[in-house]
Amino acid sequence: MSDFHPNAKGGFIENTLEGLHFALSRALYAESSASRAGVMQRLDPRVKVAGVFAMVITVALVTKLWLIAAVLILAVGMAVVSAIPIGVLASRTWLGAFVFSGMIALPALFLTPGTPLYGLPITVQGVRTASFLVMRAETAATLMLVLAYTTPWTHILKALRIFRVPVVFVVILGMTCRYILLMLETAHEMFESRKSRTVNRMTPAENRRLAIASSGVLLHKTLHMSNEVYMAMQARGFRGEVYILDDFEMQARDWFALGAFASVAAVSILLGR
Amino acid sequence: MLFQVEHLTYRYEGVTAVDDLTLSIPEGSRVALLGANGSGKSTLLRLFDGLIFGQTGSILFRGDDVSEEHMLDDGFALPFRRTVGMVFQNPDVQLFNPTVFDEVAFGPLQLRWPKDQIRERVAEILDRLRIGHLKNRIPQRLSGGEKKRVALASVLVLDPAVLLLDEPTAALDPRSQSEVIDLMVEWGGGSKSVITATHDLGDLEDIADRCYVLDSGKLVAEGSPSEILANTDLLRRTNLIHAHRHRHGGEVHTHPHVHGSER
Repeated sequence: MSDFHPNAKGGFIENTLEGLHFALSRALYAESSASRAGVMQRLDPRVKVAGVFAMVITVALVTKLWLIAAVLILAVGMAVVSAIPIGVLASRTWLGAFVFSGMIALPALFLTPGTPLYGLPITVQGVRTASFLVMRAETAATLMLVLAYTTPWTHILKALRIFRVPVVFVVILGMTCRYILLMLETAHEMFESRKSRTVNRMTPAENRRLAIASSGVLLHKTLHMSNEVYMAMQARGFRGEVYILDDFEMQARDWFALGAFASVAAVSILLGR
Repeated sequence: MLFQVEHLTYRYEGVTAVDDLTLSIPEGSRVALLGANGSGKSTLLRLFDGLIFGQTGSILFRGDDVSEEHMLDDGFALPFRRTVGMVFQNPDVQLFNPTVFDEVAFGPLQLRWPKDQIRERVAEILDRLRIGHLKNRIPQRLSGGEKKRVALASVLVLDPAVLLLDEPTAALDPRSQSEVIDLMVEWGGGSKSVITATHDLGDLEDIADRCYVLDSGKLVAEGSPSEILANTDLLRRTNLIHAHRHRHGGEVHTHPHVHGSER
């Protein structure tokens, strides 16, 4: 038997439970953050969706690194005035986006032909290509996080429908959100129940077996649960369309924000060509 | 006739959940579908609600076929959803909105009620179920009893003429169970149709005036609550009661144990 103990800090079940609890808190944080007092929270959801998507497209189109950096700074500014702490941005967006886009960009450092950088086996052009990829990913992810943390999920879905995004796509997005929450809750219950029935030490091999078995059971359970959720929605009249209680109404600040988003996007694209 | 079921069969994953079932439920009746776990009563409720569809046979709702094709037609489906409400056994599957208020407003919004009427009606039903103080809470973070009340409110807000209840008192503490039963008894002043799937015989005479007993998807008996409760052979055969052995002083005593009678 190994030194692993399921109930000890750092044990497999303990760590998994901690991770699930953290993920659940994160998922629920977005809803509470969207109801806080902040500049972005006060804007019409249609303006936020249109503005953020315009900025993301801008970031994808411009070919100057300093312009992408400027949009990133703007996105951080938007987060700050919307009561989203920088720490939240760093831990939930920047780190993840950097790791994922960095992994994709890494080969470009070595494989892109060009001038060697300070005698290293990487090229100036490679660094530039990788920087573009990482910066674009960081900026787009930051913009999306600002949108998600300042707008109730149902408002985003409703805004997407107003912009004629097909019902099927919006329903899939909505169900995905519910499915993730259900999966986290189900997994949390499964591991809590397992923890309550585990008194012995578990070997790494037993941990692996538990992880594999849990994955299969979790998938089956959450599929069943999500099917039930969908039936419960249908039972109350859900036909695929998104309806919400709040009416969207454009006010002066919304027109101003829309103008600002459009201007920033247009100027960036003009300067960045 | 409210529901007319003719030779209905529903199979899934190789299991026949409802097997050649024929029964009819009159308007304004309070019906209990009785059966042990896996007897097919929850599946039958889903079939009544047009959420799943049998492979053979038919269900008529007030003379109209509750078929997949019919449910795709807004002209039939929306009035049907307005008339028939279903409360699921597990309240978690019914709670998917950010707040309790949004949750209760979900149904009326789907049925395109005027928004002022929705706000008024939601506030009214929350107060009636004594959960008004929870309106801004996240439904997933409520206690089991509170979740059940929100799930009930989310259906009762529509004031459906027909209420389908799947194990309405399952996993509730005794006080919450009694409150839910009282609500079901009082609800609609007796003018509504209530179909309850349950294996809890404790409150049968309060919640139903007609019972159907299911076993392995088949209808094995029907009658009034007193007739069904008097038939201990039937109840034992269908696993609704079992021999319960316990000690009185120094003497071991055995008698039929009715689920739910502990309340």
